[in-house]
Amino acid sequence: MADLSRPSGAGRTSASPTDPPPPTTGRGDAASAAAPVSDAGRDAAASVVAPSPDADTAGRGAVTAGVPVRRAAGARPLASLAASGVLLAAMLAALLIGAADIPPGKVALQLLDWLPFVSADSGLAPVEQGLLAEIRLPRVLLGAIVGGLLAIAGAGYQGVFRNPLADPYLLGAAAGAGLMTTMAIVFMKGDETALPIPAAAFAGAIGGVLLAYALGNVAGRGGGTATLVLAGVAVSSFLTAIQTFLQQLRVDELQRIYAWILGDVGGGWSQIALVAPYAVVSVVIMLLHGRLLDVLSVGDDEAVSLGLNVARVRLVVLLAASLATAAAVAVSGLIGFVGIVVPHVVRRLAGGSYRTVLPLSLIGGAAFLVLADLIARTVLAPAELPIGVVTAFVGAPFFIAVLRVTRRVET
Amino acid sequence: MSHVRVRDLAVVLETRTVLSGVGFEVRGGDWLAVIGANGAGKSTLLRALAGVLPCSGEVLIDDTPVRRLRARDRARLLAYAPQAPALPVDMTVFDYALLGRTPYIPYLGRESRRDREVTASVLERLDLSSFASRTLGHLSGGERQRVVLARALAQQAPVLLLDEPTTALDLGHQQQVLELLDRLRLADGLTVVTTLHDLSLAGQYADSMMLIAGGRVAASGAPAEVLTERLIGEHFDARVRVGTGAGGRPEVHLERP
Repeated sequence: MADLSRPSGAGRTSASPTDPPPPTTGRGDAASAAAPVSDAGRDAAASVVAPSPDADTAGRGAVTAGVPVRRAAGARPLASLAASGVLLAAMLAALLIGAADIPPGKVALQLLDWLPFVSADSGLAPVEQGLLAEIRLPRVLLGAIVGGLLAIAGAGYQGVFRNPLADPYLLGAAAGAGLMTTMAIVFMKGDETALPIPAAAFAGAIGGVLLAYALGNVAGRGGGTATLVLAGVAVSSFLTAIQTFLQQLRVDELQRIYAWILGDVGGGWSQIALVAPYAVVSVVIMLLHGRLLDVLSVGDDEAVSLGLNVARVRLVVLLAASLATAAAVAVSGLIGFVGIVVPHVVRRLAGGSYRTVLPLSLIGGAAFLVLADLIARTVLAPAELPIGVVTAFVGAPFFIAVLRVTRRVET
Repeated sequence: MSHVRVRDLAVVLETRTVLSGVGFEVRGGDWLAVIGANGAGKSTLLRALAGVLPCSGEVLIDDTPVRRLRARDRARLLAYAPQAPALPVDMTVFDYALLGRTPYIPYLGRESRRDREVTASVLERLDLSSFASRTLGHLSGGERQRVVLARALAQQAPVLLLDEPTTALDLGHQQQVLELLDRLRLADGLTVVTTLHDLSLAGQYADSMMLIAGGRVAASGAPAEVLTERLIGEHFDARVRVGTGAGGRPEVHLERP
């Protein structure tokens, strides 16, 4: 049991508990300074850390170095580094390998040449250079952006709903986007390129989520999430029913509709420009809320008793995650599996704090989709597999393998 | 030490009045045990005090009207642990205890060195230092209860509201947790309000008791005044014999009808 003979490390003087914490002097520090000693005996790699760079940028009380205090979640430089390495390797591989018969060595030289202050002669013909710059490079980048967005949105949804089965399409984003896109294809005549599919998909995704949210609020009082999930299920079924009906009316368009649903990240630079602003805004908002999602994870009552405005945090993260989903769906279709699986793999490998899960899902989702797209366009080259098929076909066994390797006792 | 005074507290959920006219006082550093039959409103009372449920009436801590405080400021005065706290299996003990520092961390900011120091020293006090990097999924029932207590203590609030802190613990661990709680409150001058379903345990540790029945205060006072055969028979619908144990504290024994 606890040794109470030493002065309280909590250092609370009974006089006025509402005062801001006193500076690090006084009786509280005897225990504080002593604490890290026992820390040192622990799992050295993970727990005892000298002031981390993150702590220094915190700008709050992190000035005095020297007292090693256990680092909290979120700052996992090793894991982030490893994930970034995997992403870079995946992007590099995706750039070097492709359907067109260009030697990877020359592609590498060409990529070096494009770096600022570097000059290398790749010997690639202008046509090949153009292919690289206008098709392969944007395709890899768009894949990374879409994968990152879907994965971080999935993590955000899981945090908001405290439900491991939540994915970015939970609240009707997919059904809404599917319906609007189908309507665009079915009702708007014109050639392929003139169809405003990204706009329709984006509006449909946002509309679906808002509809579910509005219905959930009407049906359930008290801000619970269970009603919201059910509303999402209802809205999804309803919108999908309309979409299926429209699809049946115009069987001749079936293939185009399915091609869109199964996903594609070959949209080029214009699509990247389209998605970038939404991507940046939504990702920044979600990354800022990692710690608050951790607070939410202990339950609404406790989060409220800790002074958190639970409803506001939920709404903000929900909006940001839905924006990310809508942006991704608009430029790539309904790519499944990334949003639910990547966050869980991250959790298994790097821990459950949202301060870790959100950034690592972003990086991991990007790497995953870049690799999936690489497989999609090379396995049956020159034909392409739909990327949504690859994510599930490759992702499911991979997920099972991760679950098996990191298997644990369920409590 | 913080004096708690509650006047005319009422909680209405939907249209149902769950609590009404509840008033009591706890002197700074005292331990109040709230007892009552299932559904009497004990948990509701604690949740209302913690700001989780909307309520009417007056809640004063050292003359500060708690209900008018911002949520963050309230959280620096009142720490609350529910009956069955959600413990995310993936979260480490340290990170969980660190959540207690939430009222001191800016909305989108991150914890300071001091927040980590406070958390580390609380874990040390509760003998949890060696568990710090273990995940919550790998703890026993007694360890979990101590971790929840650590989170509440990291909050550095002068008033602790604990809903059934001994649920799901075996006899020995019940005793250990309550002993620990008693020593902590004496060392730090904490004011403690707990609900406890075990009447004898409640009688042994509390300075004062309050019996709630049908959403109202049915009796309050020293343990010997509240734990009487008549009151327990009337409000718990149970047949008991009340004896006197060590230190003159009442002991409640069930009797077969």
